[in-house]
Amino acid sequence: MCDGAREGERSMHELGVVFHIMDSLEKVALENQVTEISKVVLELGEVSTVLEDYLQSCWKWAIRKRELFAGAELIVEKLPALTWCDACRQTYPTVEYGKICPHCGSPETWLLQGNEFNIKEIEVR
Amino acid sequence: MKEFRILEIKQSVFADNDRQAGELRRELRERGVFLLNLMSSPGAGKTTTLMRTIEALKATLRIGVMEADIDSDVDARTIAGSGARVIQLHTGGMCHLDAAMTRQGLEGLGAGDKESSRKAGPSLPQDIDLAILENVGNLVCPAEFDTGASKNAMILSVPEGDDKPLKYPLMFSVCDVVLINKIDVLPYFDFDLEKCREYIRMRNPGARVIPVCARTGEGMKEWTDWLLEQVKDWREG
Repeated sequence: MCDGAREGERSMHELGVVFHIMDSLEKVALENQVTEISKVVLELGEVSTVLEDYLQSCWKWAIRKRELFAGAELIVEKLPALTWCDACRQTYPTVEYGKICPHCGSPETWLLQGNEFNIKEIEVR
Repeated sequence: MKEFRILEIKQSVFADNDRQAGELRRELRERGVFLLNLMSSPGAGKTTTLMRTIEALKATLRIGVMEADIDSDVDARTIAGSGARVIQLHTGGMCHLDAAMTRQGLEGLGAGDKESSRKAGPSLPQDIDLAILENVGNLVCPAEFDTGASKNAMILSVPEGDDKPLKYPLMFSVCDVVLINKIDVLPYFDFDLEKCREYIRMRNPGARVIPVCARTGEGMKEWTDWLLEQVKDWREG
C-alpha cells in the first residue's frame, strides 16, 4: 500500500506493480510461444515497499482482465532483510534492529539484501 | 494438449520500466530536451518553486511542465500564464509515474509543438529545452520507478522535519539535488539544517543540497544556476 496517499484517495501501488509484472510476462510469453500461464513465482524482500496481501488481492482482480493469466496462481517467496555494518564489518537482521548496528552501535550501515522484487519463474504451456 | 513447463525469468519487476526509461533518456538527449523529475511530499512547495524557476529561466530556456499530481493545488492555468507550456497527466489513481506514462506526457507536450504536429503520430517535443515532470506527491513510490529523467530533484520543506532522509532513504538516494524549502520558518521549527545535510550525505554523498525559500526567493539563484548548468551539460554531453 502506498503510504504517501492522502485520506480518501487510496492509491494502489500494488496494482501498478501487478500490471508491470503482467506486461513483462506477456512479452516473455510471445517470445516463447506460451498460450497459458498457470503460476508466477516472485521473490519479495522483507523491506521492499510491496505488501503481499495487497499484491494477492490485486493479482486476483487483474488475472480476470487478461486471458493469458486466467486462473494463474501467484506464489510469493520472502527474502529476509540483512544490514551490513561498515564499522564492525558484520551483518544483522534489519527489521529487528533498524539502522543502528546491534554489535557496535554504529549508524554507518547499509542494506545488504531485502529490497528485492524479482520475477523468479513461471509455469506455462 | 501441451504439458506445463517452468520458464526461469530471474528479472527484477522494475527491469522492463528501467529499459523503457533508458530508451526515453537516450531519445531526449538526441533531441536536446532535458527532463527534470521533481518529487516531494504534498504541500512542500512545488508550485511556488516551479513558478519562481520558470520566472528565472524563461528568457533563456523554452520550458514545458507536466502536472501529474491531479489532486495538488497547482493551478495549471497559473503555470501556463507564467510562460511555460503545461499539460495535465492523469495517473488514474496510481501513486507514481513510470517511463511509459512520462513518454505519453512528453508526447502531449510535443502535440503543442508546431514542427512535430505536422508529422504523423505522436512524437517527443522538438522545441523544448527544459521539461519538468511534477511527479505524484509522495516520497515512496516515485523513487522506485525511473521516469527516464535526465536528473531527479526533490523538495523537502522545513515543517516536514530534518529526519526525512532517514525515513525515506530510497528517495534521497535517487536524487541529484535536494531543495530544502521554507527556510524562512527555520526559527519556528525544531529543524537542524546541518543534521539534515548529514543525513542526506549518509544516504547519497553525491546529492547537492540547496536551502531555499521559494516564497521570498532566498537561495533560488543557486538552484536555477545549478539547473541551467545541468541543461547545458546535458546538451554538450
